[in-house]
Amino acid sequence: MKFTLSWLKDHLATDEPLDTLAEKLTMIGLEVENIEDKAKALKPFTIAKVISAEQHPNADRLRVCMVDTGNGAAPVQVVCGAPNARSGLVSVFSPPGTYIPGKDITLGVGTIRGVESRGMLCSAAELQISNDHDGIMELPADAPIGAAYAEWAGLGDPVVEINLTPNRQDCTGVHGIARDLAAADMGKFKDPTIKPIKGEFPCPVQVTVEDATLCPGFAMRLVRGVKNGPSPEWLQKRLTAIGLRPINALVDITNFMTYDRARPLHVFDAKKVKGNLVVRRARDGETLLALDGRTYNLDPAVCVIADEHGVESLAGIMGGEASGCDENTTDVLIESALWNEINIAQTGRKLGINSDARYRFERGVDPAFMVPGLELATKLVMEMCGGTPSETVVAGKAFGEDRVIDFPVTEVKRLSGIEVQQPEMKRILTHLGFMMAGPGPVVKVAVPSWRSDVHGKADIVEEIVRIFGVDKVPMTPFERGEDARKPVLTPLQQRTRRARRALASRGVIEAVTWSFITKSAAKLFGGGQRELEVANPIAADLSDMRPTLLAGLIAAAQANANRGVSDVALFEVGQIFKGDRPQDQFIAASGVRRGFASSEGLGRHWSGSAQADVFDAKADALAVLAAAGAPMQALQIVAGGPAWLHPGRSGTIQIGPQNVLGHFGEVHPGALEALGADGPLVVFEVILDRIPEAKKKPTRAKPVIELSAFQPVTRDFAFIVDRGVKAGDIVRAAQGVDKKLITGVNVFDVYEGKGIDDGKKSIGIAVTIQPREKTLTDQEIEAVAAKIVAEVTKKTGGMLRG
Amino acid sequence: MTDLAQLQAQIIADIAAAANEAALEVVRVAALGKKGSISALLATLGKMSPDERKTQGAAINQAKDEVTAALAARRDVLKSAALDARLASETVDVTLPLRDAPTEAGRIHPLSQVWDELTTIFADMGFSVAEGPDIETDDYNFTKLNFPEGHPAREMHDTFFFHPKEDGSRMLLRTHTSPVQVRTMLSQKPPIRVICPGRTYRIDSDATHTPQFHQVEGLVIDKTSHLGHLKWILHEFCKAFFEVDHISMRFRPSFFPFTEPSLEVDIQCRRDKGEIRFGEGEDWLEILGCGMVHPNVLRACGIDPDEYQGFAWGMGIDRIAMLKYGIADLRQLFDSDVRWLSHYGFKPLEVPTLAGGLSS
Repeated sequence: MKFTLSWLKDHLATDEPLDTLAEKLTMIGLEVENIEDKAKALKPFTIAKVISAEQHPNADRLRVCMVDTGNGAAPVQVVCGAPNARSGLVSVFSPPGTYIPGKDITLGVGTIRGVESRGMLCSAAELQISNDHDGIMELPADAPIGAAYAEWAGLGDPVVEINLTPNRQDCTGVHGIARDLAAADMGKFKDPTIKPIKGEFPCPVQVTVEDATLCPGFAMRLVRGVKNGPSPEWLQKRLTAIGLRPINALVDITNFMTYDRARPLHVFDAKKVKGNLVVRRARDGETLLALDGRTYNLDPAVCVIADEHGVESLAGIMGGEASGCDENTTDVLIESALWNEINIAQTGRKLGINSDARYRFERGVDPAFMVPGLELATKLVMEMCGGTPSETVVAGKAFGEDRVIDFPVTEVKRLSGIEVQQPEMKRILTHLGFMMAGPGPVVKVAVPSWRSDVHGKADIVEEIVRIFGVDKVPMTPFERGEDARKPVLTPLQQRTRRARRALASRGVIEAVTWSFITKSAAKLFGGGQRELEVANPIAADLSDMRPTLLAGLIAAAQANANRGVSDVALFEVGQIFKGDRPQDQFIAASGVRRGFASSEGLGRHWSGSAQADVFDAKADALAVLAAAGAPMQALQIVAGGPAWLHPGRSGTIQIGPQNVLGHFGEVHPGALEALGADGPLVVFEVILDRIPEAKKKPTRAKPVIELSAFQPVTRDFAFIVDRGVKAGDIVRAAQGVDKKLITGVNVFDVYEGKGIDDGKKSIGIAVTIQPREKTLTDQEIEAVAAKIVAEVTKKTGGMLRG
Repeated sequence: MTDLAQLQAQIIADIAAAANEAALEVVRVAALGKKGSISALLATLGKMSPDERKTQGAAINQAKDEVTAALAARRDVLKSAALDARLASETVDVTLPLRDAPTEAGRIHPLSQVWDELTTIFADMGFSVAEGPDIETDDYNFTKLNFPEGHPAREMHDTFFFHPKEDGSRMLLRTHTSPVQVRTMLSQKPPIRVICPGRTYRIDSDATHTPQFHQVEGLVIDKTSHLGHLKWILHEFCKAFFEVDHISMRFRPSFFPFTEPSLEVDIQCRRDKGEIRFGEGEDWLEILGCGMVHPNVLRACGIDPDEYQGFAWGMGIDRIAMLKYGIADLRQLFDSDVRWLSHYGFKPLEVPTLAGGLSS
C-alpha cells in the first residue's frame, strides 16, 4: 500500500514530521517498508539554461555547453553527449559531488576528450523519475533557473509504502490509515460526511444478481452527458507518485477511490453495454479480453458481470476492454459492489491477476461504504466530467452485520500486562470507530463495519495495546517455578544428539540433505509409495519423501567428488519416511565413506592408507549404537543385507530377526549405477527409534565393581575352518563354554593362503580366563581349553591348527 | 716394575683396548676367571709364609680390586656407547606430518549446533522439547490454528500436498511447527512450556528461501502468562543466544491467524562489510513473530480461553544460525559441500553448555 504525504494530509490534520509519522505507523502495526523522498534525494539537481552549445573539438557526438545555473553565478562549462543539447534549452543540472541515482555514481569534475566538464545535464532516467533516457530533460522556457528541480516539478511529495498485514482491510485506503494515526495522537482525523447526490432520472440499466453468496451487494448509477478526458493535474500527480498510470478522468477516479477510500469501483461505458446487467458465474468456454490487454478463459468458478453481449467484467478483479471508458465516453455506468473474498482470491490466483481491486476485495471491503462510495465517486465524476446522475440501483445488502462484543476491561491487563485506564480505552476505541458503552467491568464494544477482522475480546485487546503502545508492555521476568531441574530431552532426542557427536568424533562430517529425493532413488531404497509422493513438487528430482538418508548422502558424496574432493566421509541424522502416518516417521543415523576416507583419516598417507571398507562402516554403525545407548551385548551381526548392498560385503545389525536396527556394507555396484555415483562406497544406516529403551533405574549409582585378586590367564587357539564359517560363530562358541570364567574372546588373526588348504582359512582367537575364587591349576585350565576346542569344533567344524 | 705391576698394567691396557662388552668379558675371564692370571696369583698365596702372604696378599688383592674397578668402568662406557649406537640407529623423522585427529576432522552441522544451543537456553528456563511429524493433516496445520477457509497458505502454490485419499482428505508437509503446539495442547494439560524445533516446508526457492527450512516455536499456556513475560523470555533468549550483554529489541504489532494480539520482533544491529553486530547500530532486523495464543486456537485444542491463556513465538533456526555465524547464503546449508561444512561446522567436542559458553 502506497500513498504520499500530502495525500495523507487530506485525511489527517497534522504538523508531525514525516519521520515521526513513519515511526508511529510502524509501531501501530502499519509497518513502513520504504519512504521515497524525491525532494531529499534530488536536492542538488537544479533548473539551468544552456546559453551556448558548441561542437566538441575532439569528438563528433559531444557538445561543449555553457550553462547558466542561476543565482547570478558565472556560467559553467559542461560537456554533454545528448543529441538535444542546444542553446536556449532549459534543463536539469547537477554540479560535481552529486550522486546520480540512475547511474549509481557520484559526479566529479572531469575532462572529456581534453575539455573540462564541471557538472552534468541530466535525463529523466538519470534522476530515476522515468525510463526516458533519450537526451536531457526539456523544461518549459519559463521554468525558474536555479530552483530545485524536484520542488518545481512537484516531486516533493514523499511516497510512503506500507507492508500491510492481510487483516487490515480498512488500511488499503489512505482514509483508514489516517484514522489509525489520529487514534495514535498524530493529528486530527478529517472525516466529513458524504452527502447523497439526488438522481435526476431512473437508472435505465437494471441488474440481476444470480448468486448472493458471490455478490452480497451491488450498487450502480448512470451519469449521462459526461465529458471524459485527462484528469486534473493533482490527481495525475498522485497516481503517478504511487506508480499508477493516469488514463482518463473516469478511470482515474476509480483508481483514486481504490487508494483513497479502499473502495474499488468499476466504470462501464454505458453505450457499449447492451441491455441489463447480470452478475453470474461464467460459463465454460466464455472468454474476456480484459483491460490489461490479455484474454482470459473463464469457467463457472469465476464470477462475472455480463450483459446481452456476454461477459463484460471479471467481478471485483478487472473490467473488460469492450465496455471500458475512453475519451469518447459520454454516458458512464458506475458500479460499486461487494464480492465474496474467497472467490475473488481464488479467481485472482487462477487467472494470475494481481489488481488493486483484487487486493482489496480479497481482504474484504467495508459493506456500509458501498453506497457512500458510489455517491463520492458520482460527485468526483460530476466535478471533473460534468453530466447528470441517475438514481442509484441497489441489489442485495448495503451494510454488514452488527457485531457487539462483551468486553471485560480486565482483559487488557490479563493478556498484555499493561495497565490501561478505562477512559483511555474508550478514547482509543472511539477514535478507531468503535463504540464503547457501559460502566464496566464488562462493557459493550460495537465494531465498525470496516473492521471485519475484529471478532472477540482478544481483538479488542490488540486494538487498545497497539494504539496505547506495545513498547509500554512491561518486561516481566518469567519464573521457572519450583520444579526440579530435570532433563528435558526425550530418549530419542538424546540419541539423536549423541549419534551426531559420536560420528563427528570419528572424523565424519555432518550434512543436512533434502527430505525429498527422486522417485527412482526412493524406489531403490524400498520407498516410492504413492502416499509419499508430493503432489506438487518444486522440481522433478524432489518428488518423493525419502525412505532413507543414504540417497541424499550418496548424491552428496558424488557432488563433492565432482568438485574434486574425492575422499569424503559424510553423515546425517534425520527423519525418514516409511508411510504418511506419524508412527511411520523415524530418525535414522546414516553415513557414507568414499575413497580413502577410512576410520584412520582422510586421503593417502605415509603411515599407510586404506580405502574405506565395510569394516569402517560397521565401526561407524556400532559407534552410533553404543553412543545412543543400545544394549551392545545383545546385538547380533548377521551377514548380508538389503538388495542395494554388496551381498558378500554387508551386514545386518539386529536384536533377533524381528528388530532390525540397521545395515552396513559396500553399496551394490548396480545401485551405484542407478544412483549415478562412482564407487566403491561404504555406507551404514541405523534407525534410532528401534533401539530398545533402557530400564529406568531408581538411583544413578553404578553396580558394584568386582575386581578379582587373581591374575587372568590368556590362551591362544588357531582353528582351521571352511572359508564360509563366520568368525562371529567361533567367538560365540568359545564364549558359551563358561560365561563366568571366560571374560573375553578376541580374534587376533585371520589367515588364508600358503600352508592352508584351498577353501579353508585359519582364525586365531585369544581367550581370557578370569579365575574368581582361586588360582586355577594347569589341569583346570587345560580342561577349559579342551572344552573350547570341542565346542568350536562342534559349532563350526573347525579343527585346531597343528 | 714387579711382575705383578707389569701384569696389572697389561690387564688394564687390555681393558682399555676392549672394543665391546664381549671382548671385555674375554679380558675379565683371562684375569679374574677360574684360570685367570690374577686368580692364579691368588692361588699361590696358600703356599706362602705368613709374612710373605701378608705383603703379597695385600698387593695381589689390590691389583684384583683395581682390575675389577677398571672392568666395571669400562663396561659402563661400552654399555652406554652401545645404547647410544642402538638409539642412533632407531632414529625416525619426527617431522613427518600426521593426519588430523578424528575429533579435529569431524564436524557438527551449524543447524545441529544451533539446535543444541536453543535447547540448552530454553531448558534452563524450564522448557521441554516437543516434536511432531513432518507429514501433517490440514486440520493440525491450518484449521485448528485458525486459518480461514480460502487462506492463501492453504493453496497448492504455497504448501506441499500429497495425493488426495479416498475420503478426499489430503496430507501435507507442515508449513510451520505449530501443529506440534496443537498436538501438545491436545495431549497435555496446562501448565505447558515447550519449544518445538523441527523441519518445515514451503513452496519457495530463491536466495533467501529454500523449500525446506527449520523453525523453533515456543508455547506457554497457564493462567497468568502475558505479553510482558513473552517479551522478557525473548529478550533473555536473544542475549543468551547471540552471546551479547545488551540487546535492543523492537516489538511491533502484526498479524498472524493463530495469535491475538500478534507482534513481530526486530533486533537492533549494525551491518558492517557483511558482518552483523547485535546490541549496537542503527538497523532493525526482523527475527521472529509472536503473540498471545488466539482464543480460537485454544478452543480448538480443548482449552478454555477464559480460564487459560498463553503465548507462542516462532523463528527460523536457519535464519538465526546464519545471523549468528555470518552465513551468507541459506542454500549452502543444504549443499553438503565438505569445504563449506568444514568451515562453518563445529568440532564434536564443542558442545554448547551454559557453564562453558554456547560457542566457545
